[in-house]
Amino acid sequence: MEIDPLIFRLSIFILSIFVGYYVVWSVTPSLHTPLMSVTNAISSVIIVGAIIAGLSGNSDSVFNTSSIFGFLAIALAAINIFGGFLVTQRMLAMYKKKKKEKK
Amino acid sequence: MISANLSAIFYLVSGVLFILALRGLSSPETSRQGNFFGILGMIIAVTVTFLSTGNFSSGFVYVLIFILVGGSIGAFIAYRIPMTAMPELVAGFHSLVGLAAVFVAISAFLNPEAFNLGKPGSIKLGSLIEMSIGAAVGAITFSGSVIAFLKLQGIMSGSPITFKGQHPLNAVILISIIVLIYLLCSTQSSNLFWILLAVSFLIGFLLIIPIGGADMPVVISMLNSYSGWAAAGIGFTLENTALIITGALVGSSGAILSYIMCKGMNRSFFNVILGGFGATDEKSSSSSKEQRPVKSGNADDAAFLMKNASSVIIVPGYGMAVAQAQHALREMVDTLKKNDIKVSYAIHPVAGRMPGHMNVLLAEANVPYDEVFELEEINNDFANADVAFVIGANDVTNPVAKTDPQSPIYGMPVLDVEKCKSVLFVKRSLSPGYAGIDNDLFYKENTLMLFADAKKMTEDITKNL
Repeated sequence: MEIDPLIFRLSIFILSIFVGYYVVWSVTPSLHTPLMSVTNAISSVIIVGAIIAGLSGNSDSVFNTSSIFGFLAIALAAINIFGGFLVTQRMLAMYKKKKKEKK
Repeated sequence: MISANLSAIFYLVSGVLFILALRGLSSPETSRQGNFFGILGMIIAVTVTFLSTGNFSSGFVYVLIFILVGGSIGAFIAYRIPMTAMPELVAGFHSLVGLAAVFVAISAFLNPEAFNLGKPGSIKLGSLIEMSIGAAVGAITFSGSVIAFLKLQGIMSGSPITFKGQHPLNAVILISIIVLIYLLCSTQSSNLFWILLAVSFLIGFLLIIPIGGADMPVVISMLNSYSGWAAAGIGFTLENTALIITGALVGSSGAILSYIMCKGMNRSFFNVILGGFGATDEKSSSSSKEQRPVKSGNADDAAFLMKNASSVIIVPGYGMAVAQAQHALREMVDTLKKNDIKVSYAIHPVAGRMPGHMNVLLAEANVPYDEVFELEEINNDFANADVAFVIGANDVTNPVAKTDPQSPIYGMPVLDVEKCKSVLFVKRSLSPGYAGIDNDLFYKENTLMLFADAKKMTEDITKNL
């Protein structure tokens, strides 16, 4: 009997939780705020679902009820992706400057 | 159009890049590289999605337009936001992830064929379960984050809002969500799907209103975690590895941060979530504090004390963020350093309104990160320091946490500020802190209270140095 693909996805999920657990414990406490903003940005990879939803309309009608929700989700996720990565970048750049100044 | 197997491999690559992005944060030196990995992972995931749908018709143009519109709004916010407003920003971003998850779930529910999940009305059972869990958690993340945002922004009162029967009501709603998911999966009724969403929005709102302002570090971390689980739920529905990995990473990251924050307050997670902390006990604290003498001083006295010190430890707290005093503080420290006084900073885990909040503010003010220490690293140094300069912190310095088992904050790890030869305490008034209890430190022999706005006082001290 074949194994349901769901089981493989579940395995990835569980193992990723463990990876996340160990990786996040090694994050230095002074970078906890950038950690939150970057996790925010990467969780917006949900945009891949939004893109599929947005492209679900056919060539005659790009917009249907389903694809409109997809487009809205694309915009929301894009705010997060750009905002999240850029604000993280901005914060991390501040941590850099000081080290240089000190030396 | 690329094959499903190839795109699955690329999604795995982007998942791995996201892991490296978090790994990079283990030290400030590697963190910028980590962020780059994160961006790269995102670009790969989005590009592969375009290639695998193979649809470059007019719909594709609209997708790009929406990405551009959202992206410009995001970039604009990211560059304009002041560092003191970081907690609000993160709460706001969480709400967007939650809402995006809800929208994707709605879209998949209305048009399951686009996602290969079956036909409307007969969606594959497994997918429907994953979808409804993702949608429910997403909705809770959204409305919870909106409340957290409003509280942090000060639009809504930061004090806990409690009413009778709150906890039973929440319990009933949570159970009804589970029942609704069960019914939805057995009937495929779209009405039930909308009711499920409405009820989930409601519970997100109800769960956060009883939680007070200073518990926000836990709430934000918890919502961070929820946004991850919502993404993972959608990831299962879409059978997308990148989303599943990311969701798991973010979910466990938020959970760990909540745990660290709870430990910093010596409170259990449930104690925080049930809320209402600091709303009671007002009577007992007001009766006991009346007649105790305090020593208060001015900027001149403080400058004199610091000039004659050889080492100073600075204890910043949320009040510093409110007064925007971090730059003034750095200038004061620069002057102290010119006089060969050793200065370090002590950060309590729950100082501020989100994990690491104080570190970012100090970084913004160009304070070198190797002068900033966590509680365990620096707590023994207070006994050897001449002056502790407490600016905007309160409960995290209260020695009662070590001495009085009756106190609500008993057992909470605190900074041993009272061991310093002298303590300078910048505060607007003698009012108790968030926990609603009096701080014994105010009345100690060696404490000098500086009643003023944190920024103004710091500037005045610098002038007098």
